[in-house]
Parts: sequence; C-alpha cells; structure tokens
Amino acid sequence: MSKSEAITLQTFTQGLWKENPVFVMMLGLCPVLAVTNTAMNSLAMGVATTFVLVCSGFLVSLLRHVIPKQVRIASYIIIIATFVTMADYLIQAISLDLYQALGAFIQLIVVNCIILGRAEAYASKNGPLKAVVNGAGMGLGFTFALLCLGVVREVLGSGSLFGLQVMPDAFQPWSIFVLPPGAFFVLAFWLMLFAWIEERKRKGGKAA
Amino acid sequence: MSDADAMEIPPQPSALRLIATLGGIAVMSGLLVVSTVQLTAPRIAENRRVALERAVFSVLPGAVRRESYRVDETGVVQTEANANLYAGYDESGALIGYALEGAARGYQDVVRLLYGFDPETETVIGMTVLQSTETPGLGDKIIHDEAFHENFRLLDVSRPVEVVKAGEKTEPWQIDGISGATVSSQAVGEAIRRGAEQREAVLTFHRADRADPIDPTDRTEEGGTQ
Repeated sequence: MSKSEAITLQTFTQGLWKENPVFVMMLGLCPVLAVTNTAMNSLAMGVATTFVLVCSGFLVSLLRHVIPKQVRIASYIIIIATFVTMADYLIQAISLDLYQALGAFIQLIVVNCIILGRAEAYASKNGPLKAVVNGAGMGLGFTFALLCLGVVREVLGSGSLFGLQVMPDAFQPWSIFVLPPGAFFVLAFWLMLFAWIEERKRKGGKAA
Repeated sequence: MSDADAMEIPPQPSALRLIATLGGIAVMSGLLVVSTVQLTAPRIAENRRVALERAVFSVLPGAVRRESYRVDETGVVQTEANANLYAGYDESGALIGYALEGAARGYQDVVRLLYGFDPETETVIGMTVLQSTETPGLGDKIIHDEAFHENFRLLDVSRPVEVVKAGEKTEPWQIDGISGATVSSQAVGEAIRRGAEQREAVLTFHRADRADPIDPTDRTEEGGTQ
C-alpha cells in the first residue's frame, strides 16, 4: 500500500482543479443541475457533500483492512448513508427553510457517485489522514463547481445573490436560468470555459 | 503494484465473517444516526415550533399568542399534537382569528398553505404558503408576490371564492390571479374554497365558545360584543 507516501499539496488540490469532480470528471451532475438555482442552495449542498465525503472517506480508510472485498460496496453504502442521514438531521437543526429548499437532494447524496467513487478509488487504498485531505479537496472542488453555477443562475434568474438584490430594479430576471433548462445552459458555458482554459494551457506549454 | 494486489483473489472469507463485518458496520451506523437524532431533536422541534408560530402570526396580523386545536368532521378539540387549527390572540387577549391549513394540487405538487380566518366577518385576513414546489420564477410567485397577497388581507369567504385574471377582481370574494402563474393561483383559491366545511365547524365552535358563560378566561368579554 502507498502508506509511506507523504501527504502532498497535490493530495488536496487534485479535486479542486485537475480532477474537479464536475468540470473534469463530469460526476454528480444530478445535484449540480438540480439544486443550483440559488447560491445559498449550492453552498449548502456543497458543504453537506463535503461533510459526507470527508467523514465517509475517514471511516472507509480506517476500516479498509477489516472489510472483506466481497462486501465492500455494501459496507461503503451503509457508511455513506449514515453520514448522509446525519447531515440531513443537522441541516434540519440548522434551518428548516434551507432543508425545504434542498428537498430530496440531501438524501440523494447517498447515490452521489463522487462519494462512492472516492471511497472505492481512494479511501480504501490510502491512510485515514490522506483520505480526509483528499475528500476535503474533492468536496471543495464540488462546492466550487456548484457555486459557479449557482451564482450565475441566481444573478441572472432572480437578480440577487445569496438572497440579496444585486441587480438594479429595472433588471428583468431571466426566469429560464432558475428553471431546469438554465442549469444545462450555464453548465455548458462553464464547461466550454474550462475546456478553453485547458486548451490554452496545453498550447502554451508546447510553445514554451 | 497495488493494482496487481487488488486483482489477486484472496481466499473466500467465511460467511460468518461477512455477516459480522456488515453487522458491525450497521450497528456502528445505527449508533451514529441515533445519537445525531437525539442530539438534534430538541433543535429541530424548536425550529418547527418557531416556523409554525411565525406562519400563524403572519396570517393573523397582531397575534402574539396561539392556542392549538384540531378540526375534523367531529368538530373542534383542543390539542397540541397534530393540530391543524390555531387561534391567535393579541396582547390584551382578544381573539384575532383562526389560522387554518389548506391544500390543493398545484402545477407540480400539492401546495400547502395556512390562512387566517376572522369568524366575525367571515373573511380571510392573511395567507402564507407552507410548502410548494411550484416553478421558480413563475408559480412560486404565490409565496412572495405582494399584489397577490394583497388579495388575502380581506377576502370574503362567506361564499365560494373565485380566482380571476390579474387585475379583474371586482367582488370581495374574488382573487386576482398572477399572470404566468394561473395554475398556482388557482391552487391557492381551491385550497381556500375547499376549507368551507372546516370553516363552518370553526364558526360553530367559535359561537359556542363565545356564548359559553363558564369560560373563565378574559376572552368572554369579547363575546359580549357579538
């Protein structure tokens, strides 16, 4: 096992940019499209997912020598479901309005492939500390992606940001951006932007 | 290297070991969930109470105290558990009105709302949406739209309410709908219309309550003004 490998900055930043779960790996698109109609929902969803990623990564990594291969997926799912249920209750305790806004998508974190993917591909092969650091990075990368969509959609679709009005009164909100099609449009533009940046970076690297 | 390790087929562990592992994880998971529930239960109950009170007081302008009741086919009983009727009183203890729950199918899912009912004038004096999944930007205007909520400051419900097109309200029992949110506005009207039987029960209860001379609370003095 790669236990001897030190935790590097790479362990953390991997999820932020190079392997960003949404913009690069295209994972977890269901919540990305569904709950990003406001910046607040995006942030809450990102934080909840990060919490589950970090906690489940830690536990999976801790138990990686105990869990037999044959039942590992079942075990991971129970562990993930546990933390999702905890997040569910914690959000209810923090704010009922937020809980209602996020609706069923909190429970659906269980089936978010980023989390099971991390458990299977990373946490089960690395030490607890590394798993936590990597999970936090992935979670932040996911939150960043959600906010990218949420901010654009809320500003254009409701003329506000985190519930505060940022556009002049004369601004007529483009309702389409808070509706499902808007999510696809905004995601497409972000993907285009990221692909363009990557392309430039690659070309620049060749030239240099 | 680690890939090769993963590919290597380890000896099949005994079924007991598999069951024990899953069982162990399940027990641990159960403990974590139960402790979270225990820990958050008071906060969640408090949040729900605050949310309910905020809703009740928002549909009964001036109310500062509430009493919970349950209304159904058999009549009205005072209860805290699964209450669906709330009486709101102002600072001097005078009854402002009753808050009732209503529900009707909207564009996407059921719209649940709470509205204030003044039994003396048989009017709706306030409305707030408790739960809706109406389309953001269109149907969800029923939640915040000022002009729409203006309809419910004084809405005659002694006869069936009607939802009309925006700006076409001419009678006190009509509701100006929201353009672009016709189905959602209709749902709100329907929810209130459907409450007619409940309001009848509340009226009966209210009149009996007022007339009851044994009632020792200061509310009886209000009864004299009837």
